[in-house]
Amino acid sequence: MTVTAQAAGSQRAAVLPARATRAGFGGALRSEFTKIRSVRSTYWTLFAMIVITIGISALLSWGRIQDYASQPAVVQAHEALRIRSRATEFSMFGLILGQLVIAVLGALTITSEYSTGMIRTSLTVMPRRGTVYAAKAVVFTLVALVAGLVTSFGSYFIGQAIFATHHLNSSIGQPGVLRAVVGGGLFLAVCGLLSYGIGALLRSTAGAITASVALLFVLFVLSGFLPSSWAVHVDKWIPFNAGGAIWENLSGVNMFSPWVGFGVFCAYAAVAVVAGGILFRTRDA
Amino acid sequence: MIEARGLTKRFGDKLAVDQLSFTIEPGRITGFLGPNGAGKTTTMRLILGLDHPTGGSVSVNGREFSRSASPMREVGALLDAKAMHGGRSAYNHLLCLAQTNGLPRRRVGDVLDLVGLTEVAGKRSKGFSLGMGQRLGIAAALLGDPAILMFDEPVNGLDPEGILWIRSLMKQLAGEGRTVFVSSHLMSEMENTADHLIVIGRGRLIADCSVAEFIERNSVQTVRVRTPQLDPLVAAVRRVGGRVVATAGDAIMIHGLAADKVGDLAYENGVRLHELAVAQASLEEAYMEQTAASVEFRAGGGPAAEEPAEAGDRVSTGGVA
Repeated sequence: MTVTAQAAGSQRAAVLPARATRAGFGGALRSEFTKIRSVRSTYWTLFAMIVITIGISALLSWGRIQDYASQPAVVQAHEALRIRSRATEFSMFGLILGQLVIAVLGALTITSEYSTGMIRTSLTVMPRRGTVYAAKAVVFTLVALVAGLVTSFGSYFIGQAIFATHHLNSSIGQPGVLRAVVGGGLFLAVCGLLSYGIGALLRSTAGAITASVALLFVLFVLSGFLPSSWAVHVDKWIPFNAGGAIWENLSGVNMFSPWVGFGVFCAYAAVAVVAGGILFRTRDA
Repeated sequence: MIEARGLTKRFGDKLAVDQLSFTIEPGRITGFLGPNGAGKTTTMRLILGLDHPTGGSVSVNGREFSRSASPMREVGALLDAKAMHGGRSAYNHLLCLAQTNGLPRRRVGDVLDLVGLTEVAGKRSKGFSLGMGQRLGIAAALLGDPAILMFDEPVNGLDPEGILWIRSLMKQLAGEGRTVFVSSHLMSEMENTADHLIVIGRGRLIADCSVAEFIERNSVQTVRVRTPQLDPLVAAVRRVGGRVVATAGDAIMIHGLAADKVGDLAYENGVRLHELAVAQASLEEAYMEQTAASVEFRAGGGPAAEEPAEAGDRVSTGGVA
């Protein structure tokens, strides 16, 4: 892979037309899309998210069915009702791990600029930082949303196919089911966006991923250890519970309704994205 | 045109750039010279808006660079050959930069051609050698056909062939009427390429003049004399205000007197000369002398300013004192 030395004096690139090109939001969007589609980590993380979420969901659905099938008929009659009412969320429960994978991509979208030094080049060619930051967030969110919807619909239909073997499946036309499946995709996109904001705050891949996993997963696990008198007040505010309300049929009066919970989750993400954006604009790059 | 007025940048308790004022005129190569750690890179980052100044201001074509409507048309910069995502191909790296400013896609192919990287356009840049990375960085700087180009230590770590390439490229760019602002810690590098010099040490301006002027102002003329009658000549030289700076056998070096004056002195005092020669101090020496007091760290010592000035008059000529 040798590069021949050319006499620099012998040529020059054609002069650009005098009509000034303008650096605006449209160009920033196109640029950020080129960035995200031109590195392998994007494909690997999205592939991992889809495979892990669908795989875990299918495994869980299959486990439920195996349990069900091994019960005596009397118990089955009672169980069938319970499973059928929760078939949708059972078929999407892999999202609990999928959210962590999209958080990795969300963080990388911004932290890789810092870890590679690309940020200096990015902000030299486009010194209006707010534009860069917003374009990055928009492009990432769209990519995450598309991949998230593929993931949640894939999970749902594969899970339902498994439940259908014993006629325990839900159907997309039932009340709340389509909301839950679309909500699964929305949930993933907002998880990633939350992590994007944290990435802008911390500027370190490892730090941002750790913080995101703590917020999205560890808090949820820890909340299980709270005394119930506390849990009543705290549980619904846990990010996973708030955001999960849109695709989980959360039992209990202490949880948010689907859209309110999702709204709370979006507010968490908004705080991270706005705080990250303020620092992105003001800090030395 | 780049104008800095009282530009100051403080990192914690360290002043990286201290009240720097200068103007970089269009259409020539301005060398930005100073020892390592003098604040050259920080100054360039301040110009580009990567760092925010603690005080003062710097403008590009009359306004803050971040207000430029079309930044890549105004300034192309290579601060660091590795300021790119190694997982991205050379082509895509340039494409994502071009898109920010709405530059046509064909421009990417043009600059790849110009720097000779067309063959490896599809390869990820993490596999590139330092020289290839440098070329890719230069391609990025040239993408917008900018009127101003900034290069930070562009020849660092390059092989002789690469150094030659960069030098001729800079001359070509200046020849096309562009402003070239290039930093180096080596005077010899600037001697060959720059028209104008801005010299800094410890963040402060030491000199802002043409290369010729810098040489003239700073090279001390030394007269070398060999004579079998040292003592009377030394006495005569000192009487008229010359300085004898070195003695070796029957030879002495004289500062402060022109060669013809030394010859006349010898004649008037009846001293026989075996040799009378003029030795010009090199620009490198002049630069070392200028920045000696401003070198931040020296081998085996603490900050230079805290050392006693044992080097005597050599140090005291430093511009920052």
